Amino acid sequence: MKRALLVMALMCVLPITLWAKEAQPLAEDPELEKRVMALAEDLRCLVCQNESLAGSHAPLAVDLRQQIREQMKAGKSDKEIIAFMTERYGDFVLFRPPVKMTTYLLWFGPFLLLAAGVMVQLLYLKRRRERAREKPLSEAERKRVEALLGDS
Amino acid sequence: MTKFLLPLALFLVLVVFLAIGLSRDPREIPSPLVNKPAPTFALPVLSEPQRTFKTEEMRGKVWLLNAWASWCAACQDEHPLLLQLAQTKLVPIYGLDYKDERPNALAWLEELGNPYTLSLSDTDGRVAIDYGIYGVPETFVIDRDGIIRYKHIGPITAEALQKKIIPLVKELQR
Repeated sequence: MKRALLVMALMCVLPITLWAKEAQPLAEDPELEKRVMALAEDLRCLVCQNESLAGSHAPLAVDLRQQIREQMKAGKSDKEIIAFMTERYGDFVLFRPPVKMTTYLLWFGPFLLLAAGVMVQLLYLKRRRERAREKPLSEAERKRVEALLGDS
Repeated sequence: MTKFLLPLALFLVLVVFLAIGLSRDPREIPSPLVNKPAPTFALPVLSEPQRTFKTEEMRGKVWLLNAWASWCAACQDEHPLLLQLAQTKLVPIYGLDYKDERPNALAWLEELGNPYTLSLSDTDGRVAIDYGIYGVPETFVIDRDGIIRYKHIGPITAEALQKKIIPLVKELQR
């Protein structure tokens, strides 16, 4: 009985040792993996669109990271790999879209808004200053003040 | 009165922008491949894996390439429509079996019917990457010269089939 209990207790502990595997290295070449991840950080995962390829667990993201890895191993430059991606998925994969005709508003729109905001603010300040400027009292006003203050 | 006109006008502009933004589907990414040559590939045929299908075989024909998988729930939604389309014999439909297990894929076709002239096993999903596929199902209309003319993202709807795909195929076949 006692022995059976002991065996059972040991069986419970067994899976723990099975879990405790050495952490697998991400790739044979950590230097390459760094490059892969740096590039993947700038590319959008098409499946979960607000995640980068580097951060996503979607199967497609895993496949695309593998593509990047292989192409880098084959000596392709980052630029060539980005071209590979945009040929297939369009500029949408880029977290930093290129500056061109169709994206001018995207890139410079915020500056336009800023300029408009500054203009409105300047106008407002100017008007307020004018309103706040002291005007000399007119003759009638002066008389009224004197009357109110009873200083005659 | 006029004091409120400007903010109101700005607000209305904002409403228009937001309305446009809300009515668009962010999942539908315009494909840069439309009106470009369809990527060529050679893949094993699902039903007879020792045979290789090459895209060159389709030269001179208008055809549909439909990416599907047995694990894909949305593919079952469009399946009846594909079966109907196949029955009309208007256009050959080729299936791209995306990242699937062969027995599962065969069983799926057995159970639901097979609208495909051939299905091609893209087991590691590489051809799908070349086609810019980011989710199944997706459907491409490819013309006689091997140019992609249209891409439908997500399950085909009856409306898309009647209004877009069939008229386009007929026009291309002329």
